[in-house]
Amino acid sequence: MRKLKELVIERSLLLSALITIAVTVGIVLVLSIEAVNFFSEVSIIDFITDPEWTPLFSDKHFGILPLLSGTLLTSFIAIAFAVPVGLSISIYLSEYAPKSFRRTIKPLLELLAAVPTVVYGFFALMVVTPFLQSFIPGMSSFNSLSAGLVMGIMIIPYISSLSEDALHAVPNSLREAAYGMGSTRLQNSFRVMVPAASSGIIVSIILAISRAIGETMIVAIAAGQQPRLTFDPTVPVETITAYIVQVSLGDVQHDSLEYKTIFAAGITLFVFTFLLNTISYRIRKKFQEKYE
Amino acid sequence: MNNIRKNRLKDQAFKIWGIFCTLLGLVLLAVFIGNILVDGIMRIDWEFVMNLPSRKPEKAGIYTALMGSIWVLLLTTLIALPVGIAAAIYLEEYSKKNKLSTILEVNISNLAGVPSIIYGLLGLEVFVRILEMGASVLAGSFTLALLILPIVIVSTREALKAVPKSIRDASFAMGASKWQTVYHQLLPASFGGILTGIILALSRAVGETAPLIVIGALAYVPFAPSSAMDEFSVLPIQIFNWITRPQHGFVENAAAAIIILLLITFVMNGIAVYFRNKWQKKFK
Repeated sequence: MRKLKELVIERSLLLSALITIAVTVGIVLVLSIEAVNFFSEVSIIDFITDPEWTPLFSDKHFGILPLLSGTLLTSFIAIAFAVPVGLSISIYLSEYAPKSFRRTIKPLLELLAAVPTVVYGFFALMVVTPFLQSFIPGMSSFNSLSAGLVMGIMIIPYISSLSEDALHAVPNSLREAAYGMGSTRLQNSFRVMVPAASSGIIVSIILAISRAIGETMIVAIAAGQQPRLTFDPTVPVETITAYIVQVSLGDVQHDSLEYKTIFAAGITLFVFTFLLNTISYRIRKKFQEKYE
Repeated sequence: MNNIRKNRLKDQAFKIWGIFCTLLGLVLLAVFIGNILVDGIMRIDWEFVMNLPSRKPEKAGIYTALMGSIWVLLLTTLIALPVGIAAAIYLEEYSKKNKLSTILEVNISNLAGVPSIIYGLLGLEVFVRILEMGASVLAGSFTLALLILPIVIVSTREALKAVPKSIRDASFAMGASKWQTVYHQLLPASFGGILTGIILALSRAVGETAPLIVIGALAYVPFAPSSAMDEFSVLPIQIFNWITRPQHGFVENAAAAIIILLLITFVMNGIAVYFRNKWQKKFK
């Protein structure tokens, strides 16, 4: 009796764990079935090469490039801001700061990642954009610079926390050896610690990129809804995620081509983040073996 | 000697830069919260919380959105909690190191990185359309439950991992079965850690906007939901809607609603940190 009960429990626990696989299979199936439907009506060559994305207009074009450039532009700005700042924070906290300071500041920094993204969107649109406009005349009230910078603030803790963990995991003997050779904290940090923790730091940056690419509300609110192939950070653009939101807000018929476009856009997004996540997972696994 | 002084100077310069960077994010957050408070605090009163949405900004309130958020949060907890904890127990206590466990592990780490809007697309197709739930509270809760599942699993595993092996050994030595050990020893011992993870996951869920917009949650709902099959709105969607309106009155409303949303998020995070600190001391 008891054995049977144990077996039933184990099987139901296993079932719960298998649900996570079902979720992944579900995501892949849903995205690819709708995307296949989409590509039966729109040629995949057009999708990749057409420089215009106007599925909601009467003159329809289905080129993903403008959405992709919007996504990459906002993400690039966010990363260009968050990586130097986040990395400096992690080095400062791990190699310079007193322990007590680190303990209080880390949860506070993580609060930055806990703020709902719709709130950051408000911040970008109402505070950062007017502020930037006073320096950059002619800047549109929707632009990728403001959205990207605010997104950068949001992902700072992703980089600083994970990199700090990686720096912290470097064996103390390396640190002692560097100091024994007479190096300053700065030399120790950049010539010994950062190279030793490089895989962990790279993982944190990849995860931050993946976060930035998938971020939705900040760009939907502050970057605009005009898909265009540009790298000018002062004009409105549209990201893949913002397009999905735009369509979802409207009254689009199920089974219409417009409806299928959000799945085609979704699968593009999914492929990018999936690749980034897989790369970071591989590096993380390798990195763990190094120290075990 | 010159070289040494130069190096020391650089070292000091980086220290100052490091402090600057560390405070930069926090100062920006403070500026931002101050800004929101100035914009919105005057708008918050009992009527703002209890009023239904309206075309006129001065009459509009957050009642339906707040009730929607509470409904979604409760249902999401009910769905994600048992599944997440069960999956974590399986991975941490039962599974052997084989192909299946590797696949499960890679998969969960991947799910944690899937953008939230993709979960929205999954929910739209599976819950709203195939299972015919419509844009209901239930469909929204299922979608968010899947979204926070990886977070619940990962944090529960961490909590179980922190329970010393001696407790498992002692329990087995007393003749307890595996499940008895889990149920009577490990779960109570890791309760604080599990709770921390769940509160953090829920604080993420309460701020989620994009997946709920995708499944079709509405910006304007005349009444608060009274069952799981009703249409709904949530606080972040209400905020988003107000931000996109041109009249200035709605900006004030958005700021006021943001204050309430931030309050909820920060209180949840505070409780989580409190539990974490209290519970970490237990095994030390």
